Amino acid sequence: MSGGKEYSLEMAMGRMLQTGVTIAALVVLIGGVMYLAQSGGSPRDYQHFHAATPATTTIGGILTSAVHLDPRGVMGLGILLLIATPVCRVLFGVVGFALLRDRLYTAISLIVLGVLLFSFLTNR
Amino acid sequence: MSILLFSLAVFGTSLLAGFLGAMTGLGGGVVIIPVLCLLFKVDIHYALGASLVSVIATSSGAAAAYVREGYSNIRIGMFLEVATTLGALLGAYLTAKVTGNWIGIIFGLVLLYSAWASLDKLHDVPQLPKPDPLAMRLNLKGSYPENGTEHEYVACHVSSAFGIMFGAGTLSGLLGIGSGAVKVLAMDYAMKLPFKVSTTTSNFMIGVTAAASAGIYLSRGYVLPSLAMPVMLGVLVGSLIGARVLARTHVKTIRIGFAIVIVALGAEMIFNGVTGRL
Repeated sequence: MSGGKEYSLEMAMGRMLQTGVTIAALVVLIGGVMYLAQSGGSPRDYQHFHAATPATTTIGGILTSAVHLDPRGVMGLGILLLIATPVCRVLFGVVGFALLRDRLYTAISLIVLGVLLFSFLTNR
Repeated sequence: MSILLFSLAVFGTSLLAGFLGAMTGLGGGVVIIPVLCLLFKVDIHYALGASLVSVIATSSGAAAAYVREGYSNIRIGMFLEVATTLGALLGAYLTAKVTGNWIGIIFGLVLLYSAWASLDKLHDVPQLPKPDPLAMRLNLKGSYPENGTEHEYVACHVSSAFGIMFGAGTLSGLLGIGSGAVKVLAMDYAMKLPFKVSTTTSNFMIGVTAAASAGIYLSRGYVLPSLAMPVMLGVLVGSLIGARVLARTHVKTIRIGFAIVIVALGAEMIFNGVTGRL
C-alpha cells in the first residue's frame, strides 16, 4: 500500500478486527460453558427446521436474554459482537477515507455501510 | 448423544475443518456444512447459519497476520464489497425461496469447482500493457514490496470483476460460505492483481460479505447459538493453527488429499440433493 497514512488506516482496521474477534470468541466461550453446565440430556432437534423465537432472531431479543444471563443469550451476544467487527471495519473506512480527504472512497464506504445496515434493519 | 458429547464432536470436527480450510485457502465453511448435514444430520439452514458465523470469525481472526504483511488494498476491497454485499443480500434472500435440496446441489457444484481451483497452480497473471481507464478513475492501483523493490500494479477489467464479485456475494449469501474460490476468478484472472494482494484483500472482503447475509440469516432463525458456538470456536482455533503450520510447510500433498475429500463431499451433497434427502 502506498502512503504511510493509508498503511496506518489499514493497521488500525486490522487491530480492531483482531480485538473484536477475540472479545466475541471469549463471550461465546463463556456462554458455551454456561450452556453446557446448565443443560443435561440430549441435544435439541437440529434435524428439522423450526420457527425461531425473537429471543434468538432479533438484536433486542438477544440483548434482553443476555442481560438475564440466559446461556443462549450470552452466546448470541458473542455472535452479535462477531458480526459487528466487519461492520466496524467499514465504519473505519468511512472515517479513514474522510480524513484522507478521499471523497470518492468515503462515498463508496458509505454505500457498503448502507447495504450492511439494510440487512439488519430489514425483516427477511 | 448428550449435549456435551454432541458439542464436543461438532467442536472437534470444526477444528479439523478450519485447519484444512486454512491450509488450502478455501475456508472452513466448505467442509463444515456438508459434514454437519451428512454426518450430524443437521438441517441445511442451521448448517448455513453456523458456517456463516465461522466465516466471519476466520476472516477477522486472520486479519492481524495479513495486515502485518501489508499487501492488501483497501480501496480495491471496499470497491468490490459494494458488489459482494449486494450479491449477499440477494443470496440470503434466495435461501428462503429455494428448497434445501437445491441448495445442496448448488453447494456440491461449488465444492467440485473449489476442489479444481485449489489444485490450480497459484501464479501471477501478467499485467496488461494498457491499464483500464476505469481503474485509473477509481484509483484501483497500488504497490507491494518483493525482494527489496516496490512492484506497482493497476487493476484490469474492472467492470467484469465487479460483476463476478456480485456472483461471488450471491453464492456466499446462498451457501453460507466465504466463496474464496470465486474471488480468485475476479481478482486474479479478471483484474490481474498480484497473488499476494488478491489473497489478503479477499480475506478482508469475506468478513464484510458474510456480515451482509448475517442480518438476514439471524432474523430468519438460521443462526442457532447452541450450534454456532462449537462450530465458530472450532473453526476459529483450527484456522489459526492452520495458518501457523502453513507458514512453514510444503502443502502439495495436503492440497491433493483435501481436494479428494472435497470432491467426495461435493458428490454426496449433489446425490442427496437430487434424491431429495436434504
